[in-house]
Amino acid sequence: MLAVTALSVVFLRDLFAIVMLFGIYSLLSAGFFVTMDAVDVALTEAAVGAGVTTVLMLSTLALTRRKEKARLSPPSLLPLAVATITGLVLVYGTLDMPHLGDPDAPVHQHVAPRYIEQSGEEIGVPNIVTSVLASYRGFDTLGEVVVIFAAGLGVLALLGVAGGDRHRARVSAMEHHLVLRVITKALAPLILLYALYIQFHGDYGPGGGFQAGVVFAAAIILFAIVFGLTKAEQVITPTFLRYMMGAGALIYGATGVVTLVLGGNFLDYNTLAHDPLHGQHYGILAVEFGVGVTVTAVMISIFFNFFGRSSKPQEEEQ
Amino acid sequence: MIAANLPALQVVIPLLAAPLALMLRRGSLSHLLALLVSVVSLLISYSLLQAVLTSGPISYAMGGWEPPWGIEYRVDAINAFVLLIVSVIGTVVMLAARTSVAAEIQEKKQSLFYTAYLLCLAGLLGITTTGDAFNVFVFLEISSLSTYILVSLGRDRRALTAAFQYLIMGTIGATFILIGVGLLYMTTGTLNMLDMAARLAPLTDSRTVQAAFAFLAVGTSLKLALFPLHLWLPNAYTYAPSMASAFLAATSTKVAVYVMLRFFFTIFGVEFSFDVMPLGIIFMALALLAIFAGSLVAIFQDNVKRLLAYSSIAQVGYMMLGVSFATQTGLVAAILHLFNHAMMKGGLFLALAAVCYSTGGTSIANFRGLGKTMPWTMMAIVLGGLSLIGVPLTVGFVSKWYLVLAALEQGYWPVAVLVLLGSLLAVIYIWKLVEAAYFQAPDEGAVVVKEAPLSLLLPTWILIGASIYFGIDTNLTVSAAESAAAALLGTGVQP
Amino acid sequence: MSTTLGLYNYWIVIFLMMVGLYIVIAHPNLIKKIVGLNIFQTSVFILYISMGKVKGGAAPILDDAVTVYSNPLPHVLILTAIVVGVSTTALALALIVRINEAYGSVEEDEIHDQDAPL
Repeated sequence: MLAVTALSVVFLRDLFAIVMLFGIYSLLSAGFFVTMDAVDVALTEAAVGAGVTTVLMLSTLALTRRKEKARLSPPSLLPLAVATITGLVLVYGTLDMPHLGDPDAPVHQHVAPRYIEQSGEEIGVPNIVTSVLASYRGFDTLGEVVVIFAAGLGVLALLGVAGGDRHRARVSAMEHHLVLRVITKALAPLILLYALYIQFHGDYGPGGGFQAGVVFAAAIILFAIVFGLTKAEQVITPTFLRYMMGAGALIYGATGVVTLVLGGNFLDYNTLAHDPLHGQHYGILAVEFGVGVTVTAVMISIFFNFFGRSSKPQEEEQ
Repeated sequence: MIAANLPALQVVIPLLAAPLALMLRRGSLSHLLALLVSVVSLLISYSLLQAVLTSGPISYAMGGWEPPWGIEYRVDAINAFVLLIVSVIGTVVMLAARTSVAAEIQEKKQSLFYTAYLLCLAGLLGITTTGDAFNVFVFLEISSLSTYILVSLGRDRRALTAAFQYLIMGTIGATFILIGVGLLYMTTGTLNMLDMAARLAPLTDSRTVQAAFAFLAVGTSLKLALFPLHLWLPNAYTYAPSMASAFLAATSTKVAVYVMLRFFFTIFGVEFSFDVMPLGIIFMALALLAIFAGSLVAIFQDNVKRLLAYSSIAQVGYMMLGVSFATQTGLVAAILHLFNHAMMKGGLFLALAAVCYSTGGTSIANFRGLGKTMPWTMMAIVLGGLSLIGVPLTVGFVSKWYLVLAALEQGYWPVAVLVLLGSLLAVIYIWKLVEAAYFQAPDEGAVVVKEAPLSLLLPTWILIGASIYFGIDTNLTVSAAESAAAALLGTGVQP
Repeated sequence: MSTTLGLYNYWIVIFLMMVGLYIVIAHPNLIKKIVGLNIFQTSVFILYISMGKVKGGAAPILDDAVTVYSNPLPHVLILTAIVVGVSTTALALALIVRINEAYGSVEEDEIHDQDAPL
């Protein structure tokens, strides 16, 4: 199924259909991840891949055009050759690989067993993925937050409009649609609540800062779509978003600095409380919160910037 | 307490300064922060280098978890040297940045520029300090994303397409590196570099390892712009804001070369990379092509930024040529050139920024008569050019000397000759600049040109001065390069 | 024979990766390139995750009823990679919007033609 989806992208020229197919591809991958026992990854792929990416692509289509130009000449052979050779090298590489699901494979020896066997005693959090993500390999996750921050920065730099910029769009709200307005008012708080649940339940089940941030942002974006960008920006101003984007990363980093001051290595949560398990809990809580804050801010900021931009320069507003 | 945590602070300080820079709305405040952070990074990398040269590699466990379960930061002779290069360039460029950025980027976006710069600095420092293969990928993406942003802030609309092209090629390269790391993880079960190296030793027959090797080779070659995967570089350097070009030209390919060295010498090991797999021959061939193609194309360029960009492709060729020999002398030549090229190109691009500031453009036409109207700037460019050619008493000569020595050691006479021929090509394109500046008068209706302000001249001369100084007194750089090369080949005191 | 059956999962993933890679290199439409890039990256994630599966294992959340767990480390790596991927995509799409404003097109060859005479 995945293959069919991917191949159709090659041959279609309607970009809208292609983006939809990509959303399907992403959702199918998320389903696949569930069957591979990767539940956190599935949640993230569904929220981020199928959700965020698809919506961003649609926004881009709205600002550009919907159809790919027709090609008169036949496709050149070089890309096909490159792709085929690369694929063959990979296939060559698989010949010595352990089979799918083999419990004796090297990846399951050495490093992974300690996470599985000892994270309960060392960190005390049931979700092993959260333990590894937020504690054992917490520095990677700090890098990840900074990557998201960079994306927010980039979109701000490229599409951010201030008053008087010629590309500010006049986005009309859907005020006429009574049903949409009522449902949004009912749903938005529930979505926010669900996001908070994902944020704090990440220790016990799939979830955590990233997924929570995306869902939280989704509620705000829904509000913006239905009630208009201007109203939404009054609730959450671009200036506030700018501070919020950085704040999350700083919270994460500050946790690390605190651990330094308390005498440990950077991000060594054992120093944060009288006993290591509590320290780990506080540390993970703090950094996941930081992640959630930055992800929320960046996602909202990116959407506001895309929605707020018009592809044709407008007349100056008074 | 601070001393013990230096490896972490080297990266954490710029990393956390970036969000702060975004929050400081005024360009001048963000610039001040960027400058301060760059100086602090310089101090840290200098003390790290001292520590490593006296007492051996430093290991630091992030989060207090010992490797391979936690992420290790490991500083040894080679990466301490690269850290120093990056932070020196960062500091000098920030000294010059205020004037140039104010002229080229609108006020509203200036703090965004400095934020992106800090992210790029943090990314490059992170790639260099880490001892964990996946962490390299994360920081590689931090530096790459911030680089795309920096390039896209250029004035010309072609900056946008240059950034996009770079994004596509860079992401493919990074994904290849991810695939390579994944395959290595699949065969060894670990992500820590030293651990991986130890576990790979008995696995050299595995086809998965060989496939990993291939993907890492292509991925890193793309990032260091080895011919023919260099296509993103000329446009990116030409259309980025002048300060961005200066910083990137002097640092990003160097760090990419470091990553390549780390993977192929420390993790895969010299024997596997060069005896079992044909890396030496491939690199040598591509390096020679890079030297000639880069220099030849440079000769025909009208835009001087583009000319220098193609010259950089040729210079990367020189570095990779040294690597391809896989001997102590060859590696010393390559590592020396990392430092020397950073000084030369950094200085040249800063001088170009001055030309752009005073004349409004960087084509050959803008250079006419500059010998009289901007004597100091032009002198800096001439000296930098001499260094590119490899004239004795300049830093360029030192690296070329070691390169030729390494070639002769192996009995590769033709290669040595080719290196010298490449230098002759450099003479031609440098002469173009000299001719326009000193032997031609400015156009009739051209704007009156004044010498560049001190804020741009001083940093330029710091770097150009360094390229003369270290060309005469080679002790410091050569001994650092020797230790680094020995560490890579596993024959030094430290493993 | 058992080799082929055990490995064919990987081969399908490789095929998907190559379709993605082909789309990026071959198609001049900028938006299609980004879709291809995402397909390429998502397929790499699938490769990594299938590495982590243990036959008869469960999701790596500690539970007294479970004896065998699938490997959590690839999950962590891929979570990071997904985030990196979406960040790159967001940046790329913003660039496309600006390019379209500046050139009036999102086809690589049309853009190239507009720049050539300069």
